[in-house]
Amino acid sequence: MSAIRFENVNKRYATGHEALKAVDFTLESGEMAFLTGHSGAGKSTLLKMLTLVEQPSRGEVWVGDQNLSKLSRIQVPQYRRTLGVVYQNHRLLADRNVYNNIALPLQIAGFSQEDIGRRVRAALDRVGLLTAEQSYPQALSSGEQQRIGIARAIVHKPRLLIADEPTGNLDPRLSLDIMHLFEQFNRVGTTVLIATHDVALIKRMKHRVLILDQGRLRNV
Amino acid sequence: MSNESRPRVRGASGIRIGRKAHFQRWVSHHRDEAVIAVQRLIAAPLASLLTLLMLAVALALPGFSLTLLGNLERLAPSAQLEPQISLYLRTDLPVERVDSFSRELLLRDDLISVELIDSAAGAKEFRQHSELGSLLDYFDQNPLPAVILVLPKDRDPDVLEALKTDLLARDEVEFAEVDLRWIERLGAILRSFERISLILALLLGLTVLLVVANSIRMMINTRLEEIEVSLLIGATPAWVRRPFLYAGFWYGLVGAFLSLLMIYFALALAEAPLRELFTLYLGSFELQGPGINAWGWLLCGGALLGWGGAFIAVSLQLNQFNTLRD
Repeated sequence: MSAIRFENVNKRYATGHEALKAVDFTLESGEMAFLTGHSGAGKSTLLKMLTLVEQPSRGEVWVGDQNLSKLSRIQVPQYRRTLGVVYQNHRLLADRNVYNNIALPLQIAGFSQEDIGRRVRAALDRVGLLTAEQSYPQALSSGEQQRIGIARAIVHKPRLLIADEPTGNLDPRLSLDIMHLFEQFNRVGTTVLIATHDVALIKRMKHRVLILDQGRLRNV
Repeated sequence: MSNESRPRVRGASGIRIGRKAHFQRWVSHHRDEAVIAVQRLIAAPLASLLTLLMLAVALALPGFSLTLLGNLERLAPSAQLEPQISLYLRTDLPVERVDSFSRELLLRDDLISVELIDSAAGAKEFRQHSELGSLLDYFDQNPLPAVILVLPKDRDPDVLEALKTDLLARDEVEFAEVDLRWIERLGAILRSFERISLILALLLGLTVLLVVANSIRMMINTRLEEIEVSLLIGATPAWVRRPFLYAGFWYGLVGAFLSLLMIYFALALAEAPLRELFTLYLGSFELQGPGINAWGWLLCGGALLGWGGAFIAVSLQLNQFNTLRD
């Protein structure tokens, strides 16, 4: 089954700007792919459709067996819980320590305290920051902050992991580390879609590349 | 991520916990948020105290006026409310005619009681109870008329009026007055006071709503990132609202409690003059504080208004997030 399917998706903003034009692609379950293109090419818009922050003006977006435009408002939170999302600026909450930042998706989903503890530590272990549990995000380096952001995205074991410029603020060596981390998750079956404009990095990794050019998808 | 943990318990399926467990966690989340909301209010003591005092004043005003109203209403039925007709007899009437007239009235079966205050007794009473008593010394003879107070059986205003006209038609009677005035006045005062209290309660209830909404809005502004991130990772609007609703609830409840303390304080200040005023009508009077009803109304009303104010503030914010998306 495909993990993500875009069917002739158009996005036109109220300003008249057409962010996406007839975008058509399928990402298979368990696949890892990069989404690239110049800034303003529509990468963020495409990802926002997956997180249901944006709706297509035309066409359909499918995630697994769900047609996203058919989801009611009440179903949106449930759907979002099936995703893991990593942001460029990691969006960690400054007033909570690392443990509570990572625990947030589990608290929202209503896991029990002991379950949360177990899963948070497992996630921290996977990103290699088991000792940072009690630290506050500001006390960590930007590379570590991004790892915590990734831990929060994978703590509930999402079937789909989406990242929007996850290495945007990192130097090349740290960027490569982060990408390898994504590869690890992909290796155990998680579907991964990463938006990045770091072409050099993409070339070093052997994965499918989707290129957006002024809202259109160029096939590679 | 290990392979055996992947099937079935992945992603959304991990959330589909049993209904009973889900309910238990929902309850414990409520309990946690209620406690955390209190901790947050304590963590910002100055801001919380200012808001609470504003709420307390806003709630104390209608609470105080309703307490006074309760006292006045107790006064109404316990006072002698039997409509009495005072018959002022002609001053030139001989004492024998006065006596026979009063005896005649005693025989009427539409009157419950007849009380004669002859002019001498009237003068004595006047000297006792009026500061103008010495005025009587300037008269050669007692200028006060004999008065007969009658209590009619029927209290219907029309019947009373008819009876008054009937008695006034008698030769002996100079002037007759149905003594309903002050009861009517008291009733009118009570009704106005009640209406004013109601308007006051509505306006200040609205104030409470707005004060809480404003405080919660400021609270939200410091936590916008948290709200947005939570929504993005699958929080329901109810989940996002919950901590703020509890903050509003506590604001309202504690504000109402403080307002009750203020009411007791205000009553203590007002007690002396009020006691004097009421004693004039009742003989003895014990000022009553807000009763169990007032406690109930203020605490429930305060908590509900606080909750409502918070709900308004969060809903406006959530709507803003939604419109940003569209």
